[in-house]
Amino acid sequence: MMTKKGWDEFEIGAMLRTFNGKIDDIAGTQQQDRDYSENSSYTASVADWRLIKPIFNKDYCIDCQFCWVYCPDVSIISRDKKLIGVDMDHCKGCGICVEACPTNPKSLLMFPEQADEESEIANWPKKDEKEA
Amino acid sequence: MSEIKNIKNLKEFSTSADRFEGANLLCPGCAHSIIVREVLNATNDDLILSASTGCLEVCTAVYPYTSWDASWIHIGFENSSTAVAGAEIMYKALKKKGRLKQPERTPKFVSFAGDGASYDIGFQWISGCMERGHNMMHIVLDNEVYANTGGQRSSSTPIGSSATTSPEGKKSYGEKRNKKDMMAIMAAHGIPYVAQVAPNKWKDMVKKIQHGFAVEGPVFINAVSPCTTEWKFDPKDTMNIADLATDSLVFPLYEIIDGRELNITYRPKNIVPVEEYLAAQGRFKHLFKDEYKYLIKEWQDRVDEKWAYLQRREEARI
Repeated sequence: MMTKKGWDEFEIGAMLRTFNGKIDDIAGTQQQDRDYSENSSYTASVADWRLIKPIFNKDYCIDCQFCWVYCPDVSIISRDKKLIGVDMDHCKGCGICVEACPTNPKSLLMFPEQADEESEIANWPKKDEKEA
Repeated sequence: MSEIKNIKNLKEFSTSADRFEGANLLCPGCAHSIIVREVLNATNDDLILSASTGCLEVCTAVYPYTSWDASWIHIGFENSSTAVAGAEIMYKALKKKGRLKQPERTPKFVSFAGDGASYDIGFQWISGCMERGHNMMHIVLDNEVYANTGGQRSSSTPIGSSATTSPEGKKSYGEKRNKKDMMAIMAAHGIPYVAQVAPNKWKDMVKKIQHGFAVEGPVFINAVSPCTTEWKFDPKDTMNIADLATDSLVFPLYEIIDGRELNITYRPKNIVPVEEYLAAQGRFKHLFKDEYKYLIKEWQDRVDEKWAYLQRREEARI
Protein backbone atom coordinates (compact mmCIF):
# COMPACT_ATOMS: atom_id res chain seq x y z
CA MET A 1 0.00 0.00 0.00
CA MET A 2 1.09 3.52 -0.77
CA THR A 3 0.56 4.56 2.83
CA LYS A 4 3.58 2.50 3.85
CA LYS A 5 5.86 4.21 1.36
CA GLY A 6 7.79 7.43 1.66
CA TRP A 7 6.87 10.57 -0.26
CA ASP A 8 9.49 9.89 -2.96
CA GLU A 9 8.76 6.21 -3.41
CA PHE A 10 6.32 4.84 -5.92
CA GLU A 11 5.54 1.46 -7.37
CA ILE A 12 6.34 1.38 -11.08
CA GLY A 13 3.69 -1.11 -12.01
CA ALA A 14 0.96 -2.21 -9.71
CA MET A 15 -1.81 -4.75 -9.70
CA LEU A 16 -4.79 -4.20 -7.47
CA ARG A 17 -7.30 -6.87 -6.56
CA THR A 18 -10.83 -5.62 -6.15
CA PHE A 19 -12.03 -8.55 -4.08
CA ASN A 20 -10.75 -10.64 -1.20
CA GLY A 21 -10.53 -14.21 -2.39
CA LYS A 22 -12.30 -15.57 -5.42
CA ILE A 23 -15.49 -14.32 -6.99
CA ASP A 24 -16.91 -16.34 -9.83
CA ASP A 25 -19.94 -14.46 -11.08
CA ILE A 26 -19.54 -10.74 -10.53
CA ALA A 27 -22.35 -9.80 -12.90
CA GLY A 28 -24.70 -11.98 -10.87
CA THR A 29 -23.62 -10.73 -7.44
CA GLN A 30 -25.04 -7.51 -6.07
CA GLN A 31 -22.77 -5.08 -4.28
CA GLN A 32 -23.87 -6.01 -0.75
CA ASP A 33 -22.90 -9.65 -1.34
CA ARG A 34 -19.41 -8.93 -2.64
CA ASP A 35 -16.31 -9.18 -0.51
CA TYR A 36 -14.54 -5.97 -1.54
CA SER A 37 -10.89 -5.60 -0.68
CA GLU A 38 -9.48 -2.36 0.70
CA ASN A 39 -8.26 -1.55 -2.84
CA SER A 40 -11.75 -1.14 -4.23
CA SER A 41 -12.95 2.43 -4.32
CA TYR A 42 -16.26 1.02 -3.06
CA THR A 43 -14.66 1.05 0.38
CA ALA A 44 -13.74 4.73 0.02
CA SER A 45 -16.05 7.71 0.38
CA VAL A 46 -16.53 10.97 -1.47
CA ALA A 47 -19.29 12.17 0.84
CA ASP A 48 -17.22 15.24 1.77
CA TRP A 49 -17.44 16.52 -1.85
CA ARG A 50 -21.11 17.33 -1.39
CA LEU A 51 -22.59 20.73 -0.65
CA ILE A 52 -26.10 19.65 -1.46
CA LYS A 53 -27.55 16.19 -1.11
CA PRO A 54 -30.51 14.35 -2.59
CA ILE A 55 -33.28 13.20 -0.28
CA PHE A 56 -35.47 10.36 -1.47
CA ASN A 57 -39.18 10.35 -0.69
CA LYS A 58 -40.52 6.92 -1.50
CA ASP A 59 -44.17 8.01 -1.25
CA TYR A 60 -44.06 9.55 -4.73
CA CYS A 61 -41.59 7.17 -6.41
CA ILE A 62 -42.92 5.17 -9.36
CA ASP A 63 -39.74 3.06 -9.72
CA CYS A 64 -39.13 4.25 -13.28
CA GLN A 65 -35.37 3.91 -12.64
CA PHE A 66 -34.35 6.97 -14.67
CA CYS A 67 -32.30 8.14 -11.70
CA TRP A 68 -30.64 4.73 -11.50
CA VAL A 69 -29.52 4.67 -15.12
CA TYR A 70 -28.30 8.28 -15.19
CA CYS A 71 -26.49 8.28 -11.83
CA PRO A 72 -22.78 8.77 -12.60
CA ASP A 73 -21.66 7.48 -9.23
CA VAL A 74 -23.58 4.23 -8.82
CA SER A 75 -25.29 5.86 -5.85
CA ILE A 76 -28.93 5.10 -6.57
CA ILE A 77 -29.60 1.72 -5.02
CA SER A 78 -32.17 -0.39 -6.84
CA ARG A 79 -32.95 -3.97 -5.94
CA ASP A 80 -35.60 -6.19 -7.54
CA LYS A 81 -36.80 -3.29 -9.74
CA LYS A 82 -37.49 -1.12 -6.68
CA LEU A 83 -35.62 2.00 -5.69
CA ILE A 84 -34.35 1.60 -2.14
CA GLY A 85 -32.39 4.74 -1.47
CA VAL A 86 -29.28 6.80 -2.10
CA ASP A 87 -25.76 5.62 -1.27
CA MET A 88 -24.50 8.61 0.71
CA ASP A 89 -20.89 7.39 0.78
CA HIS A 90 -20.55 7.66 -3.00
CA CYS A 91 -23.01 10.40 -3.97
CA LYS A 92 -21.24 13.60 -5.07
CA GLY A 93 -24.40 15.68 -5.09
CA CYS A 94 -24.51 16.49 -8.81
CA GLY A 95 -28.32 16.51 -8.94
CA ILE A 96 -28.77 14.55 -12.19
CA CYS A 97 -31.21 12.20 -10.41
CA VAL A 98 -33.45 15.11 -9.46
CA GLU A 99 -33.44 16.40 -13.04
CA ALA A 100 -34.29 12.93 -14.33
CA CYS A 101 -37.14 12.35 -11.86
CA PRO A 102 -40.47 12.53 -13.76
CA THR A 103 -42.94 12.46 -10.87
CA ASN A 104 -44.98 15.42 -9.65
CA PRO A 105 -43.90 16.40 -7.04
CA LYS A 106 -40.43 14.94 -7.55
CA SER A 107 -39.55 12.00 -5.35
CA LEU A 108 -35.92 13.14 -5.20
CA LEU A 109 -34.99 16.71 -4.28
CA MET A 110 -31.74 18.43 -3.43
CA PHE A 111 -31.27 19.93 0.03
CA PRO A 112 -28.30 21.48 1.82
CA GLU A 113 -25.95 18.84 3.20
CA GLN A 114 -26.93 19.61 6.80
CA ALA A 115 -30.69 19.27 6.17
CA ASP A 116 -32.55 16.76 8.29
CA GLU A 117 -34.07 13.98 6.22
CA GLU A 118 -37.14 13.31 8.35
CA SER A 119 -38.27 16.89 8.66
CA GLU A 120 -37.68 17.58 4.95
CA ILE A 121 -39.80 14.56 4.00
CA ALA A 122 -42.51 15.77 6.39
CA ASN A 123 -42.50 19.17 4.65
CA TRP A 124 -42.25 17.78 1.11
CA PRO A 125 -43.56 20.18 -1.60
CA LYS A 126 -47.10 19.55 -2.79
CA LYS A 127 -48.11 18.61 -6.30
CA ASP A 128 -47.32 21.33 -8.78
CA GLU A 129 -50.53 22.13 -10.68
CA LYS A 130 -49.90 22.79 -14.35
CA GLU A 131 -51.27 26.04 -15.66
CA ALA A 132 -53.92 25.56 -18.29
CA MET B 1 -21.58 -17.90 -28.28
CA SER B 2 -22.79 -16.51 -25.02
CA GLU B 3 -26.32 -15.38 -24.52
CA ILE B 4 -27.29 -11.79 -25.07
CA LYS B 5 -28.61 -10.25 -21.89
CA ASN B 6 -32.33 -9.64 -22.09
CA ILE B 7 -33.07 -5.97 -21.41
CA LYS B 8 -36.58 -5.01 -22.42
CA ASN B 9 -37.11 -2.00 -20.23
CA LEU B 10 -35.41 0.17 -17.69
CA LYS B 11 -36.77 -1.82 -14.74
CA GLU B 12 -35.14 -4.96 -16.06
CA PHE B 13 -31.95 -3.03 -16.76
CA SER B 14 -31.91 -1.79 -13.16
CA THR B 15 -31.51 -5.33 -11.80
CA SER B 16 -27.95 -5.36 -13.21
CA ALA B 17 -25.17 -5.65 -10.67
CA ASP B 18 -22.80 -2.79 -11.44
CA ARG B 19 -19.21 -3.61 -12.17
CA PHE B 20 -18.09 -0.02 -11.91
CA GLU B 21 -17.81 1.53 -8.45
CA GLY B 22 -18.51 4.90 -6.95
CA ALA B 23 -15.98 7.02 -5.07
CA ASN B 24 -14.04 7.41 -8.30
CA LEU B 25 -12.71 10.93 -8.68
CA LEU B 26 -14.63 12.01 -11.79
CA CYS B 27 -16.31 15.41 -11.48
CA PRO B 28 -19.85 15.44 -10.10
CA GLY B 29 -22.14 15.10 -13.09
CA CYS B 30 -19.54 13.59 -15.41
CA ALA B 31 -21.06 11.68 -18.32
CA HIS B 32 -18.08 9.31 -18.63
CA SER B 33 -19.23 7.08 -15.80
CA ILE B 34 -22.82 7.09 -17.05
CA ILE B 35 -21.62 5.77 -20.41
CA VAL B 36 -19.31 3.23 -18.77
CA ARG B 37 -22.13 1.94 -16.56
CA GLU B 38 -24.51 1.59 -19.48
CA VAL B 39 -21.88 -0.30 -21.46
CA LEU B 40 -20.83 -2.67 -18.65
CA ASN B 41 -24.41 -3.37 -17.63
CA ALA B 42 -25.35 -4.30 -21.19
CA THR B 43 -23.74 -7.72 -20.77
CA ASN B 44 -23.36 -10.41 -18.12
CA ASP B 45 -20.23 -11.83 -19.71
CA ASP B 46 -16.75 -11.46 -18.32
CA LEU B 47 -15.05 -8.27 -19.34
CA ILE B 48 -11.49 -7.45 -20.25
CA LEU B 49 -11.14 -3.70 -20.24
CA SER B 50 -8.55 -1.04 -20.78
CA ALA B 51 -8.50 2.72 -20.67
CA SER B 52 -6.22 5.26 -22.25
CA THR B 53 -4.75 8.05 -20.21
CA GLY B 54 -7.46 10.60 -19.71
CA CYS B 55 -10.13 11.59 -17.26
CA LEU B 56 -11.58 8.11 -17.02
CA GLU B 57 -8.24 6.48 -16.36
CA VAL B 58 -6.80 8.91 -13.83
CA CYS B 59 -10.04 9.12 -11.90
CA THR B 60 -10.90 5.44 -11.67
CA ALA B 61 -7.45 4.09 -10.87
CA VAL B 62 -6.03 6.35 -8.19
CA TYR B 63 -3.53 4.19 -6.39
CA PRO B 64 -4.27 2.40 -4.04
CA TYR B 65 -7.86 2.32 -5.28
CA THR B 66 -9.53 0.92 -8.35
CA SER B 67 -13.14 1.48 -9.36
CA TRP B 68 -13.29 -1.49 -11.70
CA ASP B 69 -14.71 -4.89 -10.77
CA ALA B 70 -13.43 -6.50 -13.96
CA SER B 71 -9.97 -7.10 -15.43
CA TRP B 72 -8.75 -3.66 -16.35
CA ILE B 73 -5.43 -2.38 -17.61
CA HIS B 74 -3.87 0.97 -18.31
CA ILE B 75 -0.61 1.33 -20.20
CA GLY B 76 -0.20 4.60 -22.06
CA PHE B 77 -2.05 7.45 -23.70
CA GLU B 78 -2.21 5.92 -27.13
CA ASN B 79 -2.57 2.20 -26.66
CA SER B 80 -5.72 1.20 -24.82
CA SER B 81 -6.87 -0.37 -28.07
CA THR B 82 -3.69 -2.36 -28.66
CA ALA B 83 -3.56 -3.49 -25.03
CA VAL B 84 -6.95 -5.08 -25.42
CA ALA B 85 -6.07 -6.37 -28.89
CA GLY B 86 -3.08 -8.16 -27.35
CA ALA B 87 -5.26 -9.75 -24.69
CA GLU B 88 -7.72 -10.82 -27.35
CA ILE B 89 -5.02 -12.47 -29.50
CA MET B 90 -3.67 -14.26 -26.45
CA TYR B 91 -7.13 -15.47 -25.53
CA LYS B 92 -7.58 -16.87 -29.03
CA ALA B 93 -4.16 -18.56 -28.94
CA LEU B 94 -4.78 -20.16 -25.54
CA LYS B 95 -8.18 -21.32 -26.66
CA LYS B 96 -6.69 -22.93 -29.76
CA LYS B 97 -4.11 -24.73 -27.64
CA GLY B 98 -6.79 -25.85 -25.20
CA ARG B 99 -5.14 -24.13 -22.27
CA LEU B 100 -8.07 -22.09 -21.05
CA LYS B 101 -9.37 -23.16 -17.65
CA GLN B 102 -12.96 -22.24 -18.49
CA PRO B 103 -13.21 -22.25 -22.29
CA GLU B 104 -17.00 -21.99 -22.19
CA ARG B 105 -16.77 -18.47 -20.84
CA THR B 106 -16.47 -15.89 -23.60
CA PRO B 107 -15.08 -12.61 -22.35
CA LYS B 108 -15.78 -9.33 -24.10
CA PHE B 109 -12.87 -7.09 -24.97
CA VAL B 110 -13.50 -3.39 -24.60
CA SER B 111 -11.13 -0.43 -24.70
CA PHE B 112 -12.16 3.01 -23.52
CA ALA B 113 -10.46 6.18 -24.62
CA GLY B 114 -11.19 9.87 -24.68
CA ASP B 115 -11.43 11.82 -27.89
CA GLY B 116 -7.85 13.04 -27.52
CA ALA B 117 -6.59 9.50 -27.16
CA SER B 118 -8.66 8.33 -30.13
CA TYR B 119 -8.88 11.17 -32.62
CA ASP B 120 -5.28 12.35 -32.20
CA ILE B 121 -2.81 10.43 -30.11
CA GLY B 122 -4.06 6.86 -30.43
CA PHE B 123 -5.32 7.21 -33.97
CA GLN B 124 -2.71 4.99 -35.61
CA TRP B 125 -3.11 2.29 -32.96
CA ILE B 126 -6.89 2.18 -33.30
CA SER B 127 -6.65 2.13 -37.06
CA GLY B 128 -4.28 -0.84 -36.78
CA CYS B 129 -6.62 -2.72 -34.45
CA MET B 130 -9.56 -2.14 -36.76
CA GLU B 131 -7.60 -3.19 -39.82
CA ARG B 132 -6.28 -6.39 -38.20
CA GLY B 133 -9.80 -7.49 -37.36
CA HIS B 134 -9.52 -8.11 -33.62
CA ASN B 135 -12.71 -9.19 -31.92
CA MET B 136 -12.91 -6.10 -29.74
CA MET B 137 -14.83 -2.92 -29.15
CA HIS B 138 -13.30 0.53 -28.95
CA ILE B 139 -15.39 3.16 -27.23
CA VAL B 140 -14.60 6.84 -27.52
CA LEU B 141 -15.85 9.02 -24.68
CA ASP B 142 -16.12 12.10 -26.85
CA ASN B 143 -16.07 15.29 -24.79
CA GLU B 144 -14.44 17.27 -27.60
CA VAL B 145 -11.50 18.51 -25.57
CA TYR B 146 -8.49 17.30 -23.56
CA ALA B 147 -10.43 17.68 -20.35
CA ASN B 148 -7.96 15.90 -18.09
CA THR B 149 -5.06 18.27 -18.76
CA GLY B 150 -7.01 21.50 -18.63
CA GLY B 151 -9.07 21.83 -21.78
CA GLN B 152 -6.68 21.96 -24.74
CA ARG B 153 -8.24 21.56 -28.17
CA SER B 154 -8.32 18.13 -29.77
CA SER B 155 -9.23 17.34 -33.37
CA SER B 156 -12.70 16.60 -32.06
CA THR B 157 -13.22 20.17 -30.85
CA PRO B 158 -15.91 21.83 -32.99
CA ILE B 159 -15.75 25.26 -34.64
CA GLY B 160 -16.30 28.19 -32.32
CA SER B 161 -15.61 26.30 -29.12
CA SER B 162 -13.31 28.13 -26.73
CA ALA B 163 -10.52 25.83 -25.56
CA THR B 164 -7.44 26.82 -23.57
CA THR B 165 -5.19 26.49 -26.63
CA SER B 166 -7.74 28.10 -28.94
CA PRO B 167 -9.35 30.68 -26.68
CA GLU B 168 -11.89 33.22 -27.78
CA GLY B 169 -10.90 36.86 -27.55
CA LYS B 170 -10.79 40.13 -29.43
CA LYS B 171 -9.32 38.60 -32.57
CA SER B 172 -10.55 35.05 -32.39
CA TYR B 173 -13.79 33.14 -31.99
CA GLY B 174 -12.01 30.08 -30.62
CA GLU B 175 -11.46 26.83 -32.48
CA LYS B 176 -11.27 27.40 -36.24
CA ARG B 177 -11.33 23.89 -37.65
CA ASN B 178 -14.26 21.58 -37.86
CA LYS B 179 -14.54 18.34 -35.98
CA LYS B 180 -12.89 15.34 -37.57
CA ASP B 181 -15.41 12.84 -38.92
CA MET B 182 -14.09 9.80 -37.07
CA MET B 183 -17.21 7.77 -37.83
CA ALA B 184 -16.57 7.98 -41.57
CA ILE B 185 -12.87 7.19 -41.14
CA MET B 186 -13.63 4.10 -39.07
CA ALA B 187 -16.39 2.99 -41.44
CA ALA B 188 -13.86 3.28 -44.27
CA HIS B 189 -11.89 0.48 -42.59
CA GLY B 190 -14.79 -1.76 -43.59
CA ILE B 191 -15.27 -3.01 -40.02
CA PRO B 192 -18.52 -4.79 -39.13
CA TYR B 193 -19.99 -2.13 -36.90
CA VAL B 194 -19.56 1.59 -36.30
CA ALA B 195 -22.06 3.51 -34.20
CA GLN B 196 -22.60 6.84 -32.54
CA VAL B 197 -24.36 6.73 -29.16
CA ALA B 198 -25.45 9.12 -26.43
CA PRO B 199 -25.92 8.34 -22.73
CA ASN B 200 -29.38 9.95 -22.58
CA LYS B 201 -30.69 7.43 -25.14
CA TRP B 202 -29.88 4.44 -22.95
CA LYS B 203 -32.00 1.96 -24.87
CA ASP B 204 -30.45 2.84 -28.20
CA MET B 205 -27.06 2.66 -26.51
CA VAL B 206 -27.67 -0.79 -24.98
CA LYS B 207 -28.98 -2.11 -28.28
CA LYS B 208 -25.92 -0.91 -30.15
CA ILE B 209 -23.49 -2.18 -27.52
CA GLN B 210 -25.15 -5.60 -27.52
CA HIS B 211 -25.05 -5.69 -31.30
CA GLY B 212 -21.39 -4.74 -31.11
CA PHE B 213 -20.69 -7.56 -28.65
CA ALA B 214 -22.56 -10.05 -30.82
CA VAL B 215 -20.71 -9.40 -34.07
CA GLU B 216 -17.37 -11.00 -34.80
CA GLY B 217 -14.69 -8.43 -35.48
CA PRO B 218 -13.73 -4.91 -34.48
CA VAL B 219 -16.41 -2.46 -33.39
CA PHE B 220 -16.05 1.28 -33.05
CA ILE B 221 -18.41 3.29 -30.83
CA ASN B 222 -18.39 7.07 -30.53
CA ALA B 223 -20.18 8.15 -27.36
CA VAL B 224 -21.06 11.76 -26.70
CA SER B 225 -19.92 12.73 -23.23
CA PRO B 226 -20.98 16.22 -22.10
CA CYS B 227 -18.23 17.62 -19.89
CA THR B 228 -19.50 19.81 -17.08
CA THR B 229 -16.07 21.35 -16.48
CA GLU B 230 -14.95 22.17 -20.02
CA TRP B 231 -18.31 22.70 -21.70
CA LYS B 232 -19.13 24.92 -18.74
CA PHE B 233 -22.60 24.02 -17.55
CA ASP B 234 -24.12 23.08 -14.22
CA PRO B 235 -23.43 19.44 -13.18
CA LYS B 236 -27.14 18.68 -12.87
CA ASP B 237 -27.67 19.53 -16.56
CA THR B 238 -25.46 16.80 -18.03
CA MET B 239 -28.39 14.82 -19.37
CA ASN B 240 -30.22 17.95 -20.54
CA ILE B 241 -27.17 18.92 -22.61
CA ALA B 242 -27.01 15.40 -24.01
CA ASP B 243 -30.71 15.71 -24.90
CA LEU B 244 -30.02 18.99 -26.69
CA ALA B 245 -27.07 17.44 -28.52
CA THR B 246 -29.13 14.56 -29.89
CA ASP B 247 -32.33 16.53 -30.51
CA SER B 248 -30.55 19.38 -32.30
CA LEU B 249 -28.81 16.74 -34.48
CA VAL B 250 -25.39 18.08 -33.57
CA PHE B 251 -24.81 14.45 -32.56
CA PRO B 252 -27.05 12.38 -34.78
CA LEU B 253 -27.39 8.80 -33.60
CA TYR B 254 -26.66 6.37 -36.39
CA GLU B 255 -24.82 3.17 -37.17
CA ILE B 256 -22.84 1.93 -40.16
CA ILE B 257 -22.79 -1.81 -40.82
CA ASP B 258 -19.89 -3.34 -42.75
CA GLY B 259 -18.74 0.12 -43.74
CA ARG B 260 -21.67 0.55 -46.11
CA GLU B 261 -25.19 0.29 -44.72
CA LEU B 262 -26.08 3.38 -42.75
CA ASN B 263 -29.07 3.38 -40.42
CA ILE B 264 -30.31 6.40 -38.52
CA THR B 265 -31.42 5.02 -35.14
CA TYR B 266 -32.95 8.09 -33.57
CA ARG B 267 -35.11 10.73 -35.24
CA PRO B 268 -36.11 13.50 -32.84
CA LYS B 269 -39.82 14.32 -32.90
CA ASN B 270 -39.08 18.00 -32.45
CA ILE B 271 -35.78 19.11 -33.86
CA VAL B 272 -34.26 21.75 -31.60
CA PRO B 273 -32.38 24.68 -33.20
CA VAL B 274 -28.61 24.37 -32.83
CA GLU B 275 -28.67 27.79 -31.20
CA GLU B 276 -30.26 26.27 -28.09
CA TYR B 277 -27.53 23.67 -27.84
CA LEU B 278 -24.84 26.36 -28.16
CA ALA B 279 -26.56 28.73 -25.73
CA ALA B 280 -26.64 26.10 -22.98
CA GLN B 281 -22.85 25.90 -22.81
CA GLY B 282 -20.28 28.38 -21.56
CA ARG B 283 -17.71 27.36 -24.18
CA PHE B 284 -19.91 28.86 -26.94
CA LYS B 285 -20.96 31.97 -24.98
CA HIS B 286 -18.94 34.37 -27.15
CA LEU B 287 -20.75 33.23 -30.32
CA PHE B 288 -23.74 35.28 -29.16
CA LYS B 289 -21.79 38.54 -29.50
CA ASP B 290 -22.90 40.53 -32.53
CA GLU B 291 -19.68 40.07 -34.49
CA TYR B 292 -19.77 36.27 -34.22
CA LYS B 293 -23.48 35.72 -34.71
CA TYR B 294 -22.90 34.59 -38.31
CA LEU B 295 -21.16 31.51 -36.93
CA ILE B 296 -24.40 30.28 -35.37
CA LYS B 297 -26.04 30.28 -38.79
CA GLU B 298 -23.03 28.46 -40.21
CA TRP B 299 -23.38 25.90 -37.42
CA GLN B 300 -27.03 25.33 -38.27
CA ASP B 301 -26.26 24.99 -41.98
CA ARG B 302 -23.50 22.49 -41.28
CA VAL B 303 -25.75 20.38 -39.06
CA ASP B 304 -28.59 20.48 -41.60
CA GLU B 305 -26.25 19.49 -44.39
CA LYS B 306 -24.89 16.56 -42.39
CA TRP B 307 -28.40 15.41 -41.50
CA ALA B 308 -29.44 15.56 -45.16
CA TYR B 309 -26.35 13.59 -46.11
CA LEU B 310 -27.07 10.90 -43.50
CA GLN B 311 -30.65 10.56 -44.70
CA ARG B 312 -29.55 10.26 -48.32
CA ARG B 313 -26.97 7.64 -47.34
CA GLU B 314 -29.60 5.70 -45.43
CA GLU B 315 -31.98 5.76 -48.36
CA ALA B 316 -29.41 4.80 -50.95
CA ARG B 317 -28.17 1.78 -48.92
CA ILE B 318 -24.64 2.24 -50.22
